Amino acid sequence: MREAWRWIILMLWAWVCAAQAVTVLDDRQQKVEIPQAPQRIVSLLPSLTETVCTLGACQRLVGVDRYSNWPEAVRAVPRVGGGLDPNIESIVALQPDLVLAAGSTRGADRLQALGLTVLRLEPRTHADVQRVLRAVGQALHVPAAESERTWQSIQAGVQAAVQSLKPQARGQRVYFEVSPTPYGASEASFIGETLTRMGMVNILSAALGPFPQVNPEFVVRAQPDVIMAGDSSRASMVQRPGWSGLRAMHSQRLCVFSADDADTLVRAGPRMAEGARLMATCLNRAANPAAPSGTKP
Amino acid sequence: MNDMSCANRWMGLLLLIGIATVLLGTAAGSQGWQAWWLAGGDAVSQQIVLDIRLPRSLGAWLGGALLGLAGAVAQGLFRNPLADPYLLGSASGASLGVGIYLSLFGGNAWAMAWWMGLGLTGAAFVGAVLAVLLTLLLARGVQQTLRLLLAGVVVGVVLGAVTSMISLLQPQVQQAMQGFMLGSTAFVGWSACITLAPVLALCMALAWVFARVLDALTLGEATAQSLGVPLRSARLVLVGVLSLATGAAVAHMGLVAFVGLAAPHLVRSLVRTTHARSLLLAALMGGALLALADVMARVLFAPQELPVGVLTAVIGGGYLLWRVYRGSGAGGVR
Repeated sequence: MREAWRWIILMLWAWVCAAQAVTVLDDRQQKVEIPQAPQRIVSLLPSLTETVCTLGACQRLVGVDRYSNWPEAVRAVPRVGGGLDPNIESIVALQPDLVLAAGSTRGADRLQALGLTVLRLEPRTHADVQRVLRAVGQALHVPAAESERTWQSIQAGVQAAVQSLKPQARGQRVYFEVSPTPYGASEASFIGETLTRMGMVNILSAALGPFPQVNPEFVVRAQPDVIMAGDSSRASMVQRPGWSGLRAMHSQRLCVFSADDADTLVRAGPRMAEGARLMATCLNRAANPAAPSGTKP
Repeated sequence: MNDMSCANRWMGLLLLIGIATVLLGTAAGSQGWQAWWLAGGDAVSQQIVLDIRLPRSLGAWLGGALLGLAGAVAQGLFRNPLADPYLLGSASGASLGVGIYLSLFGGNAWAMAWWMGLGLTGAAFVGAVLAVLLTLLLARGVQQTLRLLLAGVVVGVVLGAVTSMISLLQPQVQQAMQGFMLGSTAFVGWSACITLAPVLALCMALAWVFARVLDALTLGEATAQSLGVPLRSARLVLVGVLSLATGAAVAHMGLVAFVGLAAPHLVRSLVRTTHARSLLLAALMGGALLALADVMARVLFAPQELPVGVLTAVIGGGYLLWRVYRGSGAGGVR
């Protein structure tokens, strides 16, 4: 009789566990328990917002940070400050059952202290994007197979972009500027990883860290074949000493991305494949500068 | 009306302003003014008022009081109206602590467990205290005021440079660092209040005990010495008060500008009295100033929130400039 009871209790417990609580490992290697599928989500990082939406939970977002702007649907979601200066009171007032935030912000600590469930995730590399996708999927109680499928389709998209590259476009030396300070994307960043897969040579080695601040002279000395940068960098690039003599500037082997495209490129999230496509298009054009600039494959 | 009762009146008034501002703070919400007594008693509004707005306002008052007290102690100790709480390098030490913490955390893999447990607040506090100790080491104790000042400035510059270097080598910490430098009361909770309150009580009591040494110091070091006040031990304790008060405030709110500098000046412009009273007045003034600035930071551009450090710098700096300009004929800022 006692044995039977023990079995019943054990099975009940197993059933409860399987049906409900999920434990997700965050960036601090801490276990975050999420008892049931969250219905009210606040996201404080654009790439996490995009991940939530890609996993089909866009309508469950009740608050996003002021930089989240994709997909279109999140523009109507209430803003709750930025990742670094989240408005604690607005977030609590929204009564979220899950808050997604980047690495270490004081805001995240405060929200946790107020009794909210906070999941800290910050993707910087391809592997991170996969890990974050899995973690968010788990947290949303999305079947693992679906997160996996999403990751496979991102991978396939990146692969397609890599294959769209013409043979003569490969092997170019590239400088990717993330912000006009100037910060560049090295081989260690997810942008650099995509470029490496495309067979490009990044002038910034992995040893410099993912997004190092760059000495303008370093770029002049390295003489990249192609310079990739956002629209905001274009004006200042011409004025940097010695840059007018850069071969890439001379021959217009430049990829200047619009603000929206730059957003797509610098966010390590589900739009990575689209970013890869943007880079491939530009690299193909740069390899063949004689062709009119409007041609796109 | 004599100075004594005048000081007492100001004390009462400033305390009242402080209490009123803290209460006002509970009605200053993310969407502008929002009276909690009309909002109804559901659990969420209750949590917002009791766990967010109240500790935040109270914490701003406590932190402002600590900075005001530290400023008054610094100006008395160094006999210099330009002295502020961050003089002995505690500000740059706190920034460096935060910088190291963030860069270690950014690295993720080799972030040590105890260092993680320390948190951003602990890192800032440890940094501030270590910086002051370094200053004391360089100045070989507290005997010589000028050497202490110089060592403080040098430590401030050097640690500031190291912090810049860290944020250059690890760009991902730069933004978070900037948030810390501006100073904000947004993340102050009850746990912060619980540490700030006893620190304030302790610092106030210690400063009170040695207030008459500061009075003697206004006559010059030599005279103070001849008056037989325990100058050496007083200096040591007052430097301790200065670094503890500043470290605690900075750790919880970041670098809030000008409160520590402006509060003692404001007090001096209101009333001339002994240090025993002016220290208390400076603390009350600092508290009222920062609590007021905190409420303004929340409602001025609601729902967008200003970092409170920006507001105190604009208001405090503007006020000081005005005093200098107005007072140039009549004795100037003292």
